[in-house]
Amino acid sequence: MRDSFAREMTALAAQRLDVTLLSGDIGNRMFDRFKEVAPERFLNCGIAEANMMSLAAGMALSGLRPVIYTITPFTTTRCLEQIRVGVAYHQAPVVIVGTGSGLSYSELGPTHHSLEDMAILRTLPGLNVVAPADSAELVAQLREALDAPHPTYMRIGKKGEPALHGEGARLGIGKANLLRDGSDLLVVGVGPILGEALQAAEALAPTGIYVAVASLGGVKPLDGPFLAAMAERFPHWLSLEEHGITGGLGSALLEWLAERDGSPIRLKRLGVPDAFLHELGNQAYTRRQLGLDAGGLAQTMRLAIEERPQ
Amino acid sequence: MIAAPPAQLSPAALAATALTLRQRLVSTSAAAKIPHLGSCLSCVDLLVQLYWQELRLDPANPEDPDRDRFLLSKGHGAPILFQVLAERGFFPLERLEDFGKAGSVFHEHPPKPGYIPGIEAATGSLGHGLPMALGMALAARIQQRPTRCYALLSDGECNEGSIWEAALLAASQKVHTLTAIIDFNKWQATGRSQEVMALDPLAAKWEAFGWHAQEIDGHDFVAIGQALAAARKEGERPSVIVAHTVKGKGVSFMEDDNNWHYRTPNPQELAAALTELEPV
Repeated sequence: MRDSFAREMTALAAQRLDVTLLSGDIGNRMFDRFKEVAPERFLNCGIAEANMMSLAAGMALSGLRPVIYTITPFTTTRCLEQIRVGVAYHQAPVVIVGTGSGLSYSELGPTHHSLEDMAILRTLPGLNVVAPADSAELVAQLREALDAPHPTYMRIGKKGEPALHGEGARLGIGKANLLRDGSDLLVVGVGPILGEALQAAEALAPTGIYVAVASLGGVKPLDGPFLAAMAERFPHWLSLEEHGITGGLGSALLEWLAERDGSPIRLKRLGVPDAFLHELGNQAYTRRQLGLDAGGLAQTMRLAIEERPQ
Repeated sequence: MIAAPPAQLSPAALAATALTLRQRLVSTSAAAKIPHLGSCLSCVDLLVQLYWQELRLDPANPEDPDRDRFLLSKGHGAPILFQVLAERGFFPLERLEDFGKAGSVFHEHPPKPGYIPGIEAATGSLGHGLPMALGMALAARIQQRPTRCYALLSDGECNEGSIWEAALLAASQKVHTLTAIIDFNKWQATGRSQEVMALDPLAAKWEAFGWHAQEIDGHDFVAIGQALAAARKEGERPSVIVAHTVKGKGVSFMEDDNNWHYRTPNPQELAAALTELEPV
């Protein structure tokens, strides 16, 4: 996803004179092409995220379209007040990109995990919060964010995430897609971890369990018409996010469901429990430990179906 | 194309404008019971020199993209900035009759742009204005506009780490179109600024951070004008003007008395203050 981001930013910088890239001293060599295409519009702001965020707001108020790029905790909670005041309150159209989100940098420890970012940032008025599941969705959302009159926060993964969306997907901000249809259970998720859900659903199909998997693209705005259609079809949902279970996608869906008319939906939230993780391994290891890998998810899906009231 | 700065005014003419603004400030703050009077009085003269002699702004076209940008990084000085903008013609003075009233946009801090002509940024949380002004200056460089950017800081605001983050980046990026002015009145909300965070030597700190630093009397219009002119001539470094000021300047019983950070005058105090602010 990082490479797709760098490639798309370079293409956009070549097309538009207002696209500006601000890095918090990361992405060594990654933006070499961008720097060739638009050297005056690349700025390494150093390891000083508060200044970088306010500076981006100032640039956006002057008509540029700055995109901030650094590791997720540093571009979110580190400079939350600058996002709240400079970006969200001013409605300065900044695109804030957090790289290595969720457990992408699992082995780097809790300082580098981002398990609260969506929960916190979706409380800020006027800030969209998106979490693309693959590179195609990232590119579509980035383009849309750079045309929007308001700011966007985007959390992305790192390298080598599989493509999950098919040819005809309606990709963008607040646009959901059914990645795989089914009949017994619906998984509603965001981000690259949906790849694990797809593998799990595939593994269960030969046993006669048919799980549908939907990609929501983000937590704000939610795709209301899509969710309403899913609620008509599926009484049992699992929400899935590589994020803490407090306040993120699962919570946003519960809020949406609680205020909806119609037959009740049972939703179980899957994500990282309310704890800091310090017995570390790589992302695959940690997902497995938390039951968020394909194997663990398949087990949870099977249980959810077995336990549902008939 | 935006107008050049206004014609040269005499220090006496500027002082007369500052006196009028101090009268209105004290009266409206007393009526609305809005605090930070001491902090407003200390920066009146700086604002008058900026708005009447330095900034390239057109009150009739306040959003001209080529305009200079002034950010009141010490957002609690909003009551005096509102008076300045009204007197300079950005909006009718009558609009300030709403100052401090329920439902008004004129309160203790500036709102975001779009509500009050001439306001460039919502400040009030300290440490945001200078980095935003830096972003605007960098944007102007990319867009090849003639814009210069100014931020007025308080000394207490220099406690914030983001100020020094901005200082480091502005120096590495050689943003010589950025000028910070520090209203160095030696007080912050609850104590002497030097005792709270060891600011001294303040100008030397900025110099060490790579800025062109000047120290002046922040109530001397000639000195303020010369410092701003020197900042404009600087071709590489960003500039800081450390302006030594007196909190509460202009009203004898408010001068250097930090109680006027939060207090507002009662009717007797208001009458006494207005007597002192009569034109000689």
